[in-house]
Amino acid sequence: MNRVNLTINGKQVSVLKGTSILNAAREAGIEIPTLCYHPDQFVKANCRVCIVEVEGRKELPSSCSTEVEEGMALWTNSRRVLEARKVIIELLLANHDADCLMCHRNLNCELQKIANQAGVRINRFENVLEMQEVDISSPSIVRNPNKCVKCGRCVEICNEIQGVNIIEKIGRSGEIEVLPTFGRYLSDVACTCCGQCSTVCPVAAIYEKEEIEKVWEAVNDPGKHVIVQTAPAVRVSIGEEFGMEPGSIVTGKLVCALRRLGFDKVFDTDFTADLTIVEEGNELLSRIKNGGVLPMITSCSPGWVNFIEQYYPELLDHVSTCKSPQQMFGALAKSYYLDKMNLKPEDLFVVSIMPCTAKKYEALREEMSVDGVHRDVDAVLTTRELGRMLKQAGIDFDKLPEEKYDDPFGITTGAGVIFGASGGVMEAALRTVYEVVTGKNLKRMEFHTIRGLEGIKEAEVDLKGLTVKVAVAHSLSNARRIMELIRSGKADYHFIEVMCCPGGCIGGGGQPYETTNELRMKRIQATYQADTDLPIRKSHESPAVKALYEEYLIEPLGEKSHKLLHTHYRDRSIKRAQ
Amino acid sequence: MSAENRFLKNIVLTKRCEKINPESIESYVNAGGYEALKKAVTMEPQQVVDEVKASALRGRGGAGFPTGIKMEAVLKTEVFPKYLVCNADEGEPGNFKDKFLMENDPHQLLEGMIICAYAMGMEKGYIYIRGEYIEPIRILKKAIKHARGKGFLGKGILKKDFSFDIEVRSGAGSYICGEEFALVESLEGKAGRPRNKPPYPTISGIYNKPTQINNVETFSNIPFIILEGAESFKGIGTKSSSGTRLISLSGNVLKRGVYEVEFGITLKQIVYDIGGGVPGGRKIKMVQLGGASGPLIPETMLDLELDYDRLSENNLTIGSGAVIVIDERYDVIEILRLIMKFFKHESCGKCTPCREGIRQILRILYKFGSNSATQNDLKLLRTLSNVMSETAFCGLGQAAPTALFTTMEYFAHEYTSRIKKPGVILKAV
Repeated sequence: MNRVNLTINGKQVSVLKGTSILNAAREAGIEIPTLCYHPDQFVKANCRVCIVEVEGRKELPSSCSTEVEEGMALWTNSRRVLEARKVIIELLLANHDADCLMCHRNLNCELQKIANQAGVRINRFENVLEMQEVDISSPSIVRNPNKCVKCGRCVEICNEIQGVNIIEKIGRSGEIEVLPTFGRYLSDVACTCCGQCSTVCPVAAIYEKEEIEKVWEAVNDPGKHVIVQTAPAVRVSIGEEFGMEPGSIVTGKLVCALRRLGFDKVFDTDFTADLTIVEEGNELLSRIKNGGVLPMITSCSPGWVNFIEQYYPELLDHVSTCKSPQQMFGALAKSYYLDKMNLKPEDLFVVSIMPCTAKKYEALREEMSVDGVHRDVDAVLTTRELGRMLKQAGIDFDKLPEEKYDDPFGITTGAGVIFGASGGVMEAALRTVYEVVTGKNLKRMEFHTIRGLEGIKEAEVDLKGLTVKVAVAHSLSNARRIMELIRSGKADYHFIEVMCCPGGCIGGGGQPYETTNELRMKRIQATYQADTDLPIRKSHESPAVKALYEEYLIEPLGEKSHKLLHTHYRDRSIKRAQ
Repeated sequence: MSAENRFLKNIVLTKRCEKINPESIESYVNAGGYEALKKAVTMEPQQVVDEVKASALRGRGGAGFPTGIKMEAVLKTEVFPKYLVCNADEGEPGNFKDKFLMENDPHQLLEGMIICAYAMGMEKGYIYIRGEYIEPIRILKKAIKHARGKGFLGKGILKKDFSFDIEVRSGAGSYICGEEFALVESLEGKAGRPRNKPPYPTISGIYNKPTQINNVETFSNIPFIILEGAESFKGIGTKSSSGTRLISLSGNVLKRGVYEVEFGITLKQIVYDIGGGVPGGRKIKMVQLGGASGPLIPETMLDLELDYDRLSENNLTIGSGAVIVIDERYDVIEILRLIMKFFKHESCGKCTPCREGIRQILRILYKFGSNSATQNDLKLLRTLSNVMSETAFCGLGQAAPTALFTTMEYFAHEYTSRIKKPGVILKAV
């Protein structure tokens, strides 16, 4: 038989062979506290918090790394286990800056949670922490080594999932540190600012660079007109910050919450997502028609743009020149909207709510200023920061009524919404390109082969005799696989969507903590649900987009578009010392 | 080494040492070298493994796991390629017997490895040797070259359908790299940190392939077992511990050195009859067995026999064979602080109990050293060393507090006598 019988805390349990003690206990409804363990990562077993007692064994094995055996009798809460666990947690705390009350992760910290659970009230050990400098050099991420518990989750996600390898465990024994390459500042290594490290950190050792104060200041400045845009992925995740079921679609509540925070207008980045599709779709068709560089690759994901600029600069011609929806929005706000509202540039403040930490860097790029003086986007808040800001304001999110976005950047389509999930940009583009090229009505809008969490997905579409081959990749290790194919001339695709983060923006580096693949799937399902819920599901059919072209932009890829909606890239690789 | 001493049994491992020229393969061959290999290749691989199993040879690296059972596990794993690794890291302070073997009879080690490779179907072997062993590295590399020249290594060994070669690799001088998985990581070019067990290296070692890892002394026993047979080997030593053991004798004894002794000898005989006792007629304060990670015992326990079972009954082990004599001039707490400082330096930092525990132990020991410890400190020291040995990720952290445990048991007064008398310090109002 493939099942193993054992007892946990005296209770008979039968689980599949090969199950870890930890998972066997969880199946039986018995919780074992963990710290370094992460359901989507390799078993590290280095924190030793999840130890259990196995009858007949002298040592207390870690439950995450030990498989169940037939006839095993184990205890997860014996006196011996609880006492040893307490000692281990005290040891961790004796090398930790436990200023919990003022910590980023206060009430949201895995170490705090297990310390409380273990009943640590006094630390029997002397604190040995030598306070070190907090690295604030990155525009997106802050690294506080005084909080680090050396679990290695950030190292694994950076190396294995993102394939970027800029953070590593250096040194040994008590001197071991988790550091960027060669112990440099984050800004001096080839970091893509994706922030995935911050989503898996159990404590506040790596977190987003907070811009909440800046936004509070702006919304409370009577002389400022403050507008906000919300990224597609935020509406399916912000609810989690308030204990709502993962995958809850809370678009209307989100709009209401932002209004209550004091924003003058609440707009939707989905609008410029639609605009991106029209521009990018036309760019693709133009490249195909005029023998331009193919495959063309999407440019919405700033972590991805950072990656290719730093690691594959020779392939930059493949990247679409379209700005990301965030920056298209910023550029239109600081030109079209500014004129329309008759505002002075210094009086308009643009905030974005993004699932992303790399967006903070993107907003600071030198190219992202229409007038060369003011930033197109003035502040970027991650989903987590927005959650914190709403809590500061005492807004009970769950109880809010649903409200609608403002005009003119509030009318959106399902195509814009699905930008949030890996494969969504491609699907939105195909919906539009198909109809533009064939002149026919697309009957089945769902491209199922490019949805979901598969690393690299493909599809083919027949466009009036031309078979267009597309690929979708998410997470940078998959992006690297695609880049290697292009480099070796083996990528016979026309169009590739690359998203930096696993699962796309719904799994972004600024999304709520404790994101797992299971949670990603729920957010993805919610994203596609939000798409089908909308009356218009193709970007080129958006009345707001059509109106903008008629009134202001004139035509896709036209002169105004070129100035406002397109950008350029450059080699930003860190050169090795000669 | 004085051959007339009745306790010395240079019959298995050291019979050629200091008699042959270690840098000449001819010298080894003339002394009967590579005869065991010639015999082995006429046997079925399973027969070779059975012979080692029957000999009851146990690993000489420290853990004492039966070598034949390890070989059987690798033989039965149908995954290729398989790798053979000789652990010549010898990082445990107080041990220098592998160095002695490699410098004096390198071909015996190579022959043992080649026989194992034949038995388990391996084409590639590594000798992972500590970087500080410059002379052994040179001698081994030369020996490997000579063995290739004579057709004992390389393609078609002894004109059979059997190819095997050995590469000498060294790490960056880390103690943890003697731990088998940290060694594997280091061999793969990574930082030496242990991996999860199971799976054990016999199933998933180098590049996740089946890997047999043995100590220098273990491999060096193989030629004797094959040539003379398991029964002859079992005839040496005791019922539960067959063969001989190399002892690295050091510390406050007159005659320090490497000695081959038969199991069954008492620790007292090792220290007094072989080592000549303590210089200056001083008394023995304590003896550490195995090395820094081993127990510290008082002189009254030296009547114990060198035997896996006898020692285990007393919760002791001889580990990799070091016997370190410390005389009455030394203070237990001071010695412990030196030992724990060593582990603080050598912990890889991966797991909490070892990384954070050792430095806390040192802090508490400091209090004992300065007579400022309290009853709570003693309690905490006991709790912490227990937790470390029960929960550390690998053998390093589990064994690091061994000296602490044993001294708390056998030298309890050294701790209690230093505890600060209870009193209350009042602050001026």
